[in-house]
Amino acid sequence: MTTKDKYKKVAYYPGCALEGSGHSYNRSTKAVGKALGLDLVEVKNWNCCGAMEVKNVDPKLQTYLSSRVMSVAANEMDMDVVMAPCNGCYHNLKKAEYDLEHDSESVQVVDRLSRKAGHKTYESGQVETIHALDWIKDTIGEEGLAARVKNSLSGLKIANYYGCMYTRPRHIFPEKDQGPGSESTSKPHFMDDLLAAAGAENVDFPLKTACCGGAHTLSDSDMSTKLVLNILKTAKLAGADVIATECPTCHSGLEIHQIRAEKTLGEKVDIKILYFTQLLGMALGLNARKVGVHENISDSIKFLKARGLG
Amino acid sequence: MRSLAELESVFEGPPGSSDPDAAAAELLRASEEVLEHWIRARGDVPTSDRREGFRLLALHRQGTKGDPSFNACRETCREIVYHYNLVTTRDVYSDITDRLCMMAMISKHLFLFVSGKMQVAELGEFCCSAKPIRAADGTTQL
Repeated sequence: MTTKDKYKKVAYYPGCALEGSGHSYNRSTKAVGKALGLDLVEVKNWNCCGAMEVKNVDPKLQTYLSSRVMSVAANEMDMDVVMAPCNGCYHNLKKAEYDLEHDSESVQVVDRLSRKAGHKTYESGQVETIHALDWIKDTIGEEGLAARVKNSLSGLKIANYYGCMYTRPRHIFPEKDQGPGSESTSKPHFMDDLLAAAGAENVDFPLKTACCGGAHTLSDSDMSTKLVLNILKTAKLAGADVIATECPTCHSGLEIHQIRAEKTLGEKVDIKILYFTQLLGMALGLNARKVGVHENISDSIKFLKARGLG
Repeated sequence: MRSLAELESVFEGPPGSSDPDAAAAELLRASEEVLEHWIRARGDVPTSDRREGFRLLALHRQGTKGDPSFNACRETCREIVYHYNLVTTRDVYSDITDRLCMMAMISKHLFLFVSGKMQVAELGEFCCSAKPIRAADGTTQL
């Protein structure tokens, strides 16, 4: 079976952010999948991947939590691919996969906890975890996408922001940096490729994998605001009128701290922040509500309508 | 070595020189000093080595030793170097003012990241990819 065929029907792991602050990412991911004829089967009774606090309690518990999601997909749903649109979930499932392949202590802890919880222990290699970018890039591709575009994103200048977890640490993403066709950990480009295929003009954005301060937003909000403000201003300086995102933490952080920067630092940066799935959905002919633009914190509707989108 | 507050003013302010080469060199030097702060805070002596022709990259490499989460500013360092090269090879690029301005923004991001990371060293890690804070002492075991 080719990768293209393999990814057409995947286990969908939205994660907790996509049921809360990142709901529009959930909505737009599902809408794009439907428009492209791809099947998403939500992981049954999924749990938190252990993204934030858990690892500070015990990193092995985080590995277990992520392994349970993969175990359910593999052993209870008979799926061999898990697609996680959230960078945190994607990162943690990949990390758990790596740990279970390389660390015998992790294997023992996961086995013990899995038995205690009453489900089959996940064994490394049972599923492949992919991101929403891999999913669309490898099933539909740029040519397939371009052929399906109904409303070109032509005229939109986009800074593609991937955040820190999509490519780091490098060793948990063995499929990346494998030459032509694969994703790059130093200069990721899958989002750029897809949005360009939909007609957008990507700007040269030097902070595409820089830290947004997302994990630090509660303990030191001022620092997060400064980091986000710098990202917004850099994107603007690069000539962008939209920042495309593929991580709910980054997206929420950019939107919230864009407002906070105006209120606390008196600095307003007029740039729109949209999930790449929202942009692709509108390019595929879906309206703005269908891809949840109205659920974003910042108002982009007028901006999009003026450009014939949504 | 200038204080972090002094370094912040370098990234916030106008270019330190009307000569683009000198202004770019000043930003590069200030970025190196930011990393020197990180390395000294960890009790090490900042290297004077160069990597791929740049001390900044050697300092970053030194800063990641024992702390992989510091890799979160790896590409930022590389972008600073890249923009330094763009500015100083301006016969190829004409938009020097924008390039310099962009280099200052990227350098400022390095400053914000490192100074933020230093502030919270006792509270937990700044970066999501970070090493767990309790992993080393084994205070929790499942």
